Amino acid sequence: MNDGSPHELSAAYALDALDGDELRAYEAHLAGCERCRQDVASFRATTGALAYDVDLPAVPETLERRILESARAERPNVVPLPRRWAIPAAALGIASAAAAIVLGIWAVHLSNSVDHQKQLRKDQKSLIDILSDCARTPMNGGSGAVCVAPTKQAVVIADNLSPASPGKTYEAWVITGKRVKPAGLFRGGAGRRYLQLTKPVPVGATVAVTLEKRGGVSAPTGAILLKAKVAPS
Amino acid sequence: MGERGEGGVISLRGRHRVRSQTSLRELAHLSDEAVLALIARSDEQALAELYRRFGRLAYGLALRILRDDALAQDAVQEAFLGVWRAAARFKAERAKPSTWLLTLVHRRAVDLVRREERRRTEPLQPETEPVGAEAADETELATQRETIREALRRLPPEQREAIELAYYGGYTQSELAERLGQPLGTIKSRMFTGLARLRDELGEDARAQFGPV
Repeated sequence: MNDGSPHELSAAYALDALDGDELRAYEAHLAGCERCRQDVASFRATTGALAYDVDLPAVPETLERRILESARAERPNVVPLPRRWAIPAAALGIASAAAAIVLGIWAVHLSNSVDHQKQLRKDQKSLIDILSDCARTPMNGGSGAVCVAPTKQAVVIADNLSPASPGKTYEAWVITGKRVKPAGLFRGGAGRRYLQLTKPVPVGATVAVTLEKRGGVSAPTGAILLKAKVAPS
Repeated sequence: MGERGEGGVISLRGRHRVRSQTSLRELAHLSDEAVLALIARSDEQALAELYRRFGRLAYGLALRILRDDALAQDAVQEAFLGVWRAAARFKAERAKPSTWLLTLVHRRAVDLVRREERRRTEPLQPETEPVGAEAADETELATQRETIREALRRLPPEQREAIELAYYGGYTQSELAERLGQPLGTIKSRMFTGLARLRDELGEDARAQFGPV
């Protein structure tokens, strides 16, 4: 590949070794060359690896504060948000960390199947949607909370709930008046776990968690471990 | 940085509601992509989390290129602000968040080094070994460093030289041609062949260690 064609410049571009007119010319070429964009993307992953061959000196302590302060000055955190705002669909990839998140019906045996990845991505996106904009009510009976979005979609946040014993599962419930609806299963465990409820949570409803037999039941039988009544925000 | 658990009030069609403030413990479980999605919504905690994950590496890279603490800090700050401004436009199918961030750090550092003319004559050898790995993530970083070094060592010397001078030294291809006394075409070719080889060398290792490419 030494034909002097612009394609070869993908490497120099990924190394940031183009400057001035060369850079402008190549970027113009790149705009219309899908193959080049793919080359650049794969070379960027390689140059990204080069970044790891560096010493790791102590970072000046003031740097984080500087960054956060200038970020705040640029775009204040208190901003009006549309009720449903656009999320870059592609921005929610999946990392192994996703395994730590309880997602809907418990199905998070991380497989590599594309469908599964897609589902995880969708679930995680939905979880982030809710967590980004929800009103939180602490749950009594333990360390946890329920957070309800304006869409009525909700997430149960459980902290350090002891893992469900074999043959058992935690089950969430949405209780409105006399109706008790099963709203998802999860296992608990150390750290913070999230369960996106499968049922909407209207104002005034109560969200509860019980321990049930594996697979879940249609009406609660166990003692209520966590409970919160969602007040109007 | 606000206190943990403090809610930011959002004005929403004339009403006020309390927005949940994501805490660091929550964010620690999220993928880099999810953290970036929160940054796209002006979540400062998420920006702080990204900094905790990559700030040190970003600073190490900027410092290797710039060899000046104040300039390195500037480069890192501008890269993180670049993420803050453009997170909503990030395309996950094109790159990992860490690759994107490090690309911004690199580009900024290289811009600065060219402007400041501060580059050293011989940026080839990192001068010190990393300090003893204390934490788990440090061990991981040390392993990643060894992997990339090993891959670099296996390149033919002239390809390695072109790549290292460009990436860590901030030299443009034209400057390299002049410095090394080679035709520009030769330099281009060394960079391309060397980088393609490095990509292949890293292959599976890179996918495992540096994430999906």
